[in-house]
Amino acid sequence: MTAVPRSDAWEKVTGRARYAVDMALPNMAHAAVVRSERAHARIAGIDRAEAEAAPGVIAVVTADDLGDLGRRFGHIVPDHAVLADGKVRYYGEPVAVVVAETPHQAADAADLVWVDYDDLPALTDSATALASDTLIHEQSYAEPGQEFLGVAPTPSADNVAHRGELAWGDAEAALAEAAAVVETTARFPLVYGYAMETYNALADWQPGSLHVVSTAQHPLMVRKELARMFSLPLAAVRVEVPYIGGGYGSKSYTKLEPLAAAASWASGRPVRVTTDVEAAMYTTRADGAVVTVRTAFDAGARICARDIDIRFDTGAYADNSPLVLTKSINRSFGPYRIPNLRVRGVAAYTNTAPASSYRGFGAPQGALAGELNMDMAADRLGIDPVELRRRNLLAPGDTIIDGKRPLDADLAADIDAIVNALDQHAADRDAAVQASGDQHAAVHAGTLRGRAVAVTASDAGASPISTAQVRMHADGSVTLLVSSTEMGQGSRTALAQIAARELGVDLDAVAVGQSDTRFTPFEWTTGASRTTTVVGLAVQAACADLWDNLRAKAAESAGVPVDDVIVHGGRLHLAAETLAPAEVIRQWFGADAGEVVGVGVIRRDGATEMLPPFWEIGAVGVEVSVNEATGEVSVEHLVTVGDVGHAVNPDLVKGQDLGAATQGLGIALWEEMVYDGEQLTNPNLIEYRVPRLRDTPRRVTSVLAERGDGAGPYGAKGAGEGALNPVPAAVAAAVGRAVGVWPTELPLTPPRVWSLLQQAEQ
Amino acid sequence: MTAPVTSTVIRFRVNGHDREMLVPVRLTVAELLRDRLGLTGTKVSCEMQVCGACTVVVDGDPVSSCAALACDLDGTEVLTVEGLAQGRDLHPVQEAFMEANALQCGFCTPGFIMMAVALLDAHPDAGAEDVREWMDGNLCRCTGYAPIETAVTLAASRLTAATAEDGQ
Repeated sequence: MTAVPRSDAWEKVTGRARYAVDMALPNMAHAAVVRSERAHARIAGIDRAEAEAAPGVIAVVTADDLGDLGRRFGHIVPDHAVLADGKVRYYGEPVAVVVAETPHQAADAADLVWVDYDDLPALTDSATALASDTLIHEQSYAEPGQEFLGVAPTPSADNVAHRGELAWGDAEAALAEAAAVVETTARFPLVYGYAMETYNALADWQPGSLHVVSTAQHPLMVRKELARMFSLPLAAVRVEVPYIGGGYGSKSYTKLEPLAAAASWASGRPVRVTTDVEAAMYTTRADGAVVTVRTAFDAGARICARDIDIRFDTGAYADNSPLVLTKSINRSFGPYRIPNLRVRGVAAYTNTAPASSYRGFGAPQGALAGELNMDMAADRLGIDPVELRRRNLLAPGDTIIDGKRPLDADLAADIDAIVNALDQHAADRDAAVQASGDQHAAVHAGTLRGRAVAVTASDAGASPISTAQVRMHADGSVTLLVSSTEMGQGSRTALAQIAARELGVDLDAVAVGQSDTRFTPFEWTTGASRTTTVVGLAVQAACADLWDNLRAKAAESAGVPVDDVIVHGGRLHLAAETLAPAEVIRQWFGADAGEVVGVGVIRRDGATEMLPPFWEIGAVGVEVSVNEATGEVSVEHLVTVGDVGHAVNPDLVKGQDLGAATQGLGIALWEEMVYDGEQLTNPNLIEYRVPRLRDTPRRVTSVLAERGDGAGPYGAKGAGEGALNPVPAAVAAAVGRAVGVWPTELPLTPPRVWSLLQQAEQ
Repeated sequence: MTAPVTSTVIRFRVNGHDREMLVPVRLTVAELLRDRLGLTGTKVSCEMQVCGACTVVVDGDPVSSCAALACDLDGTEVLTVEGLAQGRDLHPVQEAFMEANALQCGFCTPGFIMMAVALLDAHPDAGAEDVREWMDGNLCRCTGYAPIETAVTLAASRLTAATAEDGQ
């Protein structure tokens, strides 16, 4: 379709766009959270008298004050304490909430809450936690029979938050008989999906109802957890999500909402809870991982088997990590023909910040070792790494995982596009060197270069459960209602484009209402790159339903059978006349008034019967240069392929690809949460470094592959995560090629690369 | 012994309007703008002067409003994102951000726009390297920066062209 401008641009450039943190309610109070100063300890006592006496304080709330409210939440395993209940499991865990008239008063009083701790051994990394007799959770909170997206929680024991396995054939036997076996172990760092609007929530409890405004990506998931916590009907809980200041998966599921709601319930006032960056880093991070991949090849460099071990550092609470681990297992071995496979994964509870979703979850962790392993194998087998991949890639229609949707993408064509772009850049550079002569060569002495290609396929799209509602007004304009959230991806624009096309109206005639559970219809989540595909299908179905309703009304008004009304070219054709939809509406109501509604419901049926709704492709190429003296890595060229089937809005797809790839570069080169003992040493954006403008690649090539091979509208598939997933692996492989030593951990900071350079010299 | 001073009266201009306010001495400029004046276009994120989301222009200079005290505004002129448009007409930098699709979630956008306005007011002839240097102090997590660089460069070239026209 077309790259129409974003519908939210004017609001956003004028400062008029409203985010949760900008919202206020009458008589609103402010909360400050008292956070644990221990990684693992029993709470011996909490002295709140001084805080309660401080100016402006309305209430001090601890776990003991929660009355009949549910004490725990968690959409897969309800292990997550709203307020630390008897013990703390990570430094930064909420222990109490102070509610006061102003934010300053709340913050001042929070410093006057004195907590006594009896220390327990702090298990701050996954290997230590799995080997320890000390239990982070003394009991399992897994509920028998409950499952989430097909993931049945593992009853926790021995600090295991979740286990998973995927296997076919006999990997062990194939490894034993292979011509060559290549092994790779890589460590994926703890990273923070920094969204510039940090987590915040505003809650207004009233008898029999709860209204929450928050930064949640998935308002319906939050509604369910709050309804359970407050023993309220779903309909009595309203979760409203205005524009979100960045999500990237980090705002998936429930975060601060239970705290804010408990504070409102306890104080009888609407209460806002916010986080600074430090508190946000302690609220949710991505799972750190250590992954070992062993790949067996035959004499023709064809894969005989892959055997993969994944160990996650999941932090103190499970949150979404059981699903992240399951996805990592599914996404670790790559879109290759693998006759024998065994992947085993374990997610360990540790006394660190809870881990959950972050863009592409599970895929970047698995692909780092998996794709780096392909490059190492190519080296060992003496063939080109792209050729090794071509020899083993799955073709369109092939099975990736038995019982799941066959591959709906042409990966070989994607790789060709990447190689062409990388070659073009190299040719341009050679030409420039030739033109500038020795001068240019001198400048680049001491610079090593490497390039790499990496591919991933992710079972994305989450659960295809979605409802859209279109209301056509008496002038033919349309209000589209959906509960997908707008966090920058442009869903408001893209979904309006689909509705406009289906209804034959101008884009200006479509207004979109989003993500307020009191008014907008059901939506599973806004994540897993699903919105254009799954919600797009719901919008199409709603428009079809609207046409049916218009036909019925036109027939009724004319006194003819419905079959005599034909819809074509955005109009309704009857034997005697041709009517615009607006005319049908006015005729039927007998006034310049009224509206006709269409509802579209998507479930596991038809185009979305088979899961996943689509395979999200990640296909990238990078060329890096490494400064031999300093170990500094620069990205000379980044190539992304947006293999989206059909780009409803090409600018939005390219925006997703560049944004996702840039976050991948952050993980590859700079970002790492560093625990030194019980707490983070770098809980701020000075020492936790994210990419800045001058860090960006010198050249970017953004390719769109539109082959109409998706299950979504007009053949669309999702974008948003794909371009991140293979980037850390591609950068690691490119640096490995440049230096001559394969990296084993990220990020590739100058000291780490410098030490690789030293190893290369030996 | 006298009681410590905890509040002070300041007189300043914000977006062209004179203000006189009693402010606590601990109040930041961002808190003043957002919580007292309802100017929520200014965003707060890192609270350490590294992300630039809270950038406003004070007497022509870009300032991180999260780390500046409201009491220090006495006698100054403050410009925020809400003060850029003239009625329905957007500032050229705002227009360029729209045209270049230089935003996604939009949370960093007011800060980038104010930094670009400060740059182009101080250096109407800003070149590509100036844009990269000035904008390097603002973070964006969505776009990968390229469209933002394009937008600021576009606004710079238009302002240069307009200045040249005025001069003729």
